[in-house]
Amino acid sequence: MQFPGRRKKVIGSSQNDLYDHCLQFYGQPPLENISLTEFETFAVERLKLLKSVENIGVSYVKNSEQYVKKLDAEFSSLNFPLRTELGDRRVQGGTSEYEKRRKDHISHFILRLAYCQTEDLRRWFIQQEMDLFRYRFGELTSKHKTDFLHKNNLKYETVSAEEKKSLKDKLITSSYGLSGITVEEYDFYKVPFQDALDLVRTRKVYLLAGNAYIPHHEIVTIVLNDFRTRLSKALAMTARSLPAVQSDERLQPLLSHLSHAYVGQDYSIQKNMGKISLEQIDALSGKSFPLCMRHLHKALRENHHLRHGGRMQYGLFLKGIGLTLDQALQFWRSEFVKGKVDADKFDKAYAYSVRHMFGKEGKRTDYTPYSCMKVILSNPPSQGDYHGCPFRHSDPELLKQKLQNYKVSPSGINQILELVKGMHYQLACQKYFELTHNVEDAGFSLNHPNQYFTESQKLLGGGLEIKKEVDMSQRSQENPANMTRPSQANSKQAHEEMGDLDSFFQDE
Amino acid sequence: MPTSDYDPACLPDLLPLYYRRLFPFSQYYRWLSYGGVSKNYFQNREFSFTLKDDIYVRYQSFTTQNELEKEMQKMVPYKIDIGAVYSHRPSQHNAVKSGTFQALEKELVFDIDMTDYDDVRRCCSAADICSKCWTLMTIAIRILDRALREDFGFHHLLWVYSGRRGVHCWVCDDAARKLSVAARSAVAEYLSLIKGGEETVRKVVLSDPIHPFINHSLSVVERYFCQYAIVEQDILGSKESVDKVLALLPEDIKKDLTVYYQEEKNPMKRWDRLCTLVEHKKSSIKKGGQYFDKEIMLQYCYPRLDVNVSKGVNHLLKSPFSIHPKTGRISVPIDLKELNTFDPFEVPTISLICEELERPRADEAEDDDVKDKENEQEAGERRRIRDLQKDF
Repeated sequence: MQFPGRRKKVIGSSQNDLYDHCLQFYGQPPLENISLTEFETFAVERLKLLKSVENIGVSYVKNSEQYVKKLDAEFSSLNFPLRTELGDRRVQGGTSEYEKRRKDHISHFILRLAYCQTEDLRRWFIQQEMDLFRYRFGELTSKHKTDFLHKNNLKYETVSAEEKKSLKDKLITSSYGLSGITVEEYDFYKVPFQDALDLVRTRKVYLLAGNAYIPHHEIVTIVLNDFRTRLSKALAMTARSLPAVQSDERLQPLLSHLSHAYVGQDYSIQKNMGKISLEQIDALSGKSFPLCMRHLHKALRENHHLRHGGRMQYGLFLKGIGLTLDQALQFWRSEFVKGKVDADKFDKAYAYSVRHMFGKEGKRTDYTPYSCMKVILSNPPSQGDYHGCPFRHSDPELLKQKLQNYKVSPSGINQILELVKGMHYQLACQKYFELTHNVEDAGFSLNHPNQYFTESQKLLGGGLEIKKEVDMSQRSQENPANMTRPSQANSKQAHEEMGDLDSFFQDE
Repeated sequence: MPTSDYDPACLPDLLPLYYRRLFPFSQYYRWLSYGGVSKNYFQNREFSFTLKDDIYVRYQSFTTQNELEKEMQKMVPYKIDIGAVYSHRPSQHNAVKSGTFQALEKELVFDIDMTDYDDVRRCCSAADICSKCWTLMTIAIRILDRALREDFGFHHLLWVYSGRRGVHCWVCDDAARKLSVAARSAVAEYLSLIKGGEETVRKVVLSDPIHPFINHSLSVVERYFCQYAIVEQDILGSKESVDKVLALLPEDIKKDLTVYYQEEKNPMKRWDRLCTLVEHKKSSIKKGGQYFDKEIMLQYCYPRLDVNVSKGVNHLLKSPFSIHPKTGRISVPIDLKELNTFDPFEVPTISLICEELERPRADEAEDDDVKDKENEQEAGERRRIRDLQKDF
């Protein structure tokens, strides 16, 4: 790689060269300097985009009209490049197309750093980037598609007219939906069969002498294959150089949080403290708690005890819905005392941890309630635990029984189980919300147990405190950079703290 | 040619002789070295041996032809398998840092086993084969050989008789050896038309448009079908097998044929009627093609491959020229030019050739004797290996 040469080229020629196509394969990493702010902002926004891609991809048939419309909207709101020409100066104010492409380029590479570390992360990242790429490639004009292929050295030759004529019958019978006319009119590409495995495997393409004859509209499958392979290799390489990156203190916290990131409100600041009374909790657990918290509450009531993981997950959630420290202490003590723990022991051992949760001990940091990501990905429950995400951690049969007990309709249960099978745990919970609240569309994208609670209360008419919540969340959406940085700093410390706290209570 | 009766108990005596005087080491080594283009290609190749008393040893590797000979003569393997070319010498795989010892390349292979056809052959079952059902192998070889060459562009194919009830194909092209797991499985799936196991009655379903590959395969099957299936296998003879065929047809045709077959007993006429009815039905339905007759032909004759054998880069497959311990037959290469006359029952057994070796021949020196033996057995077939090596 001749970097000096490239640099000269970039500096010498106009901006247009570097980002002359709205779509790219992300072959070359960005070479410029960027500020930490930009680093964070870009990363967070791309993550939001990828999460939207995931959500929209499950709610709508991929590449259908609605899918495309929804994604277009996301693209605009998050300032990512659409398919306009670079020279288009139609955008007044706001970000230029060039800047959008630059963001696209840089943000992709930052997320590579965050998502290369484990098999699961890599798989998720590749899946979303592929869906994203497929959508963007599909929106290109024919000319732009060909441009793209050429620019990226996809040496797929077009089949000559004579060859097409001689193979016409074979071509018609090998791909669905082709006729004599379309074969004549449309371009066919000759691609080595190894680059078209999906089409070869299903016999959807004509093969001759080791080459697959791909009609123009199928070329996206090929390109995607190539994209996946490149990205997979790149991530493996990135993982190898990761230690060097992680040693940079400025980047390490952000990167480790991006991979577990919850990019929204984190419920660390409660505006509705004290608005919930302890007597309401039982009723609320049935109406407005997400399944995980309902499960934890029930286990606590039945066993008069919860182990450490459960206390953390549920305790922080209760803080998030508005319990004060005193209320929390009262709540936990009253329950534990009914079990094997006497008041003294509670005060000695467990009270400390409750106060710790509220930031009244140790480093005095206010812990943030766990997001869905955190619940799903960290600290899986073992025998005797009740924490975690039931959609992720429960055996499907048991989950089904539980949902039946909670009077969810059989068809609803099936829908939920389908989503669970597809590993869309948060969407399954969202579906549970929709079924228990009797609505078609939850109207929000579930990312946090406290968000579930807030939305539920909103729906059921919770009154004044709800409005405050809405304002709060709107404000936080508008200033993602400002909002997330302090809270990420909080969560970072909280995260480190968590480690200490964990070891302290490990015998539980 | 009378085959000496083979007795597995004689293997301990015959094998050493076979490995000392008859196994074609130099051609074998030349094949697996592929012209020495890649460094250490032979040295990093895994072999596995099954020794006496079923002792199985993996990760055998050899640095030279000489070492290969000496080891085989010393260990006297009952079975020999060829595996992949690894990143390091397989015999030293334990010394390599965990995770870095990897299978890199291997020939693309196919295994056609007669037992996979048990639901459609009446003459034999399980490990038995006869001249009647051997036609299935002939059909398989013709279909797959054409597809691998014409569709996939491979040139260097070695077809080998497995020694008991099937055939193997070794695709040795450079491109084939470098194929990924995904590519191998894609090739195998492209070549698969029979879907479903015990529970599935109708295992072949065709719909428009019919892919050129299927058409090519059908034309091969059609060449053999009447003689093989209607006459020899007599699939439209007994009630039991007629019922099996009828189970693959829609109700209306089934009803018609049941009545017709009460009168007509001639299998060919029965088949003709079946085809006529299917044609008739096809033309009367506007949408889509109905290919029940073709589906039946394919279900009874089309090759059945084990995708798992072809998928794995590190999969071990029986080596050409090894002996099959149960039958004593040598895994000989099959000359496609003589495919129609290939007879698995004429393939030499180890007893036969060892016996021929021992038989005194008046005016020839022992060396010539050996050469003659080699040539007699493997002349046409070893030519194939030389063909392979020519290009490497």
